[in-house]
Amino acid sequence: MDCQLDIFFVEALLNGILLAGLLALLALGLNLVFGVIDVVWICYAEIVMVGMYGINYAYKGGVPFLLAALLGIALTAAAGAILHYLVIRPVLDTPPINQLLVTGGVLFVLQAAATMVFGIEFKNIGIRLGSLNVADMSFSWSRIWAFLVALGGMLLLWLFLKRTYLGTAIRAIAQDRQIMPLMGVDSRKLYLVTSAIGGGLAGLAATLMVLQYDIYPQIGLQFGPLIFMICVLGGLGNMIGGFIAAFIISQFIAVGSSCFHTEWGYAVAFLFFMVAIFIRPQGLFGGKS
Amino acid sequence: MSRMRISVGAAVGLAAVAALPLLVRFLFPDSEKYYLHLLVQILLWSFIYTGWSLMGRFGLTSLGHGAFTGIGAYVTVLLWNFAGLTPWIGIPVAVGVSAVVGVLVGYPCFVFRITGHYFGLLTLALTEFVRLCIVGLRDYTGGSLGTQPARYGNGISLYAVQFEPDRMLAYYIAFVLWVFGLYLWLRVDRSMDRYALEAASQDEDAAASVGIDVTREKLKITALSSALCALGGAVFAQYQMYIGPETIAGLGVSLNIVFAAIAGGLWVPLGPTVGAVFTQVLAEGLRVAIQGSAFLRAHLGNSALALDQMVYGLLLILFIIYMPKGILGTGTDWWRRWRGRAARTAEPTRRSALRSPAPTRGL
Repeated sequence: MDCQLDIFFVEALLNGILLAGLLALLALGLNLVFGVIDVVWICYAEIVMVGMYGINYAYKGGVPFLLAALLGIALTAAAGAILHYLVIRPVLDTPPINQLLVTGGVLFVLQAAATMVFGIEFKNIGIRLGSLNVADMSFSWSRIWAFLVALGGMLLLWLFLKRTYLGTAIRAIAQDRQIMPLMGVDSRKLYLVTSAIGGGLAGLAATLMVLQYDIYPQIGLQFGPLIFMICVLGGLGNMIGGFIAAFIISQFIAVGSSCFHTEWGYAVAFLFFMVAIFIRPQGLFGGKS
Repeated sequence: MSRMRISVGAAVGLAAVAALPLLVRFLFPDSEKYYLHLLVQILLWSFIYTGWSLMGRFGLTSLGHGAFTGIGAYVTVLLWNFAGLTPWIGIPVAVGVSAVVGVLVGYPCFVFRITGHYFGLLTLALTEFVRLCIVGLRDYTGGSLGTQPARYGNGISLYAVQFEPDRMLAYYIAFVLWVFGLYLWLRVDRSMDRYALEAASQDEDAAASVGIDVTREKLKITALSSALCALGGAVFAQYQMYIGPETIAGLGVSLNIVFAAIAGGLWVPLGPTVGAVFTQVLAEGLRVAIQGSAFLRAHLGNSALALDQMVYGLLLILFIIYMPKGILGTGTDWWRRWRGRAARTAEPTRRSALRSPAPTRGL
């Protein structure tokens, strides 16, 4: 073990913060869907994977990156809406665990479909943005961009929810899903829109991840459990809580990985998560129950 | 009620399963090893699924049982490889460790009433934690490549509990295990604990108000269930003579356990077994179909291996939407209705947590 308070430690800390932005964005979509529809998409990371493949192939097919990113976001938004329409809607009135499991089935399907269509090879989009070097520390631009865009995306979602009519309706139905239909709101439509937005956020995350990571069918298993952990830690459905939790978890991973092996960073994060849930079952920042 | 009586039908059924290897030997003398291997896999997984369903049927949908099978397999093998401890000691130790982990995680869950989504996600974290520990201890466990129990003599040994080369022996070991699992399932089904747990899964406060120690009941079933899964994992390791973090621990295993048990039917004794038959035959059937068909092979290539996962996932979605009682559960219902004895009498108490209006929603 070689863990000292040197420049590499600071680098790990800062990289952890950059990672947190991305994780927070990933958690945001899941939290939105949970907060509004009360359903956990176990397959959320797989929707991100679909977006990553979409962007990768569009870009390699000659589409400029920004347009490819928009296409990817549209693709995942459609995927979110389809997921809700075909899979979630039939089980909306069943116990929560059924809804969790049914999306687990979707996880299998998406992973298998990706393996069959794209193969098991690691794919890289091949864009290099270089890195920023400050005082012996090095930060890749793709991470910095990911952090900034993730913050921007979160701000946009916040503005959408606070300032627009549709956003207000979504917040209202999240507060009381029995009363809103009585007020003449079509909850089915709102759920569909929310699912599309949740999917779109996965697409935005995919845009940022495609610049940093190789794509392969099992990538969801690497990120999925982490995202759930962040959401639960922040209080499922609590977007600000998820944001803070992302920073806590990513520090565990970044610092743990720099001091020990990568797995131990993750393992400690999961252990911390379990203990935290025992102490505060509603999440560290969950006010509502 | 409290005494177990074996009906004629059950006795005939058991005898038939016990005689299966002889039938295989008679029908497929050339490929006996392959078919026996398939049967052993089915029985071992049936046992693990049955162990899970002890909890699952009471609304304790754990996604953490991949951790218990992993603990069972790895503790046994590591004790053998590095401490030279025979599995006769190693397996009880592994089972004990697993039960202790189950209780350690279960206790706060039950005291703080962590249910539904939260319970599922928390147990999922346990699975990941155990898998990461296995990968992290790569000096002993071989990391993500997995490891093998050191072979003792010619591979068949009572002392080392190794029996892989003799498939017939393996079959009867798996058979005994499977019968043991069913016996425990029935014991729980006929105990007072079942009523207590069923009441608790419907409404915890009401159950507690009539004097049920909800936490204690849940802990008992959790300890039993995690111990059984560890035992299954340990025997599986001894049979496969290979363990890897993805094959016996991890999220994939956890989800497979849950899904196969649900596909078969949670509330009938043979449900998990039917689930195991269904999933193994499906995977194997598709594999054989792909290997045998030049057309499929040419069009899918190596990725055809994912086809069974695809079909599996699709079926699971359909099962949970249209048949939450599983194959055997739904079949039994149809049969009862067909016989004109719509299960009016038994149904209210047996009503599934999966189907009943959510007794516990979030927190």
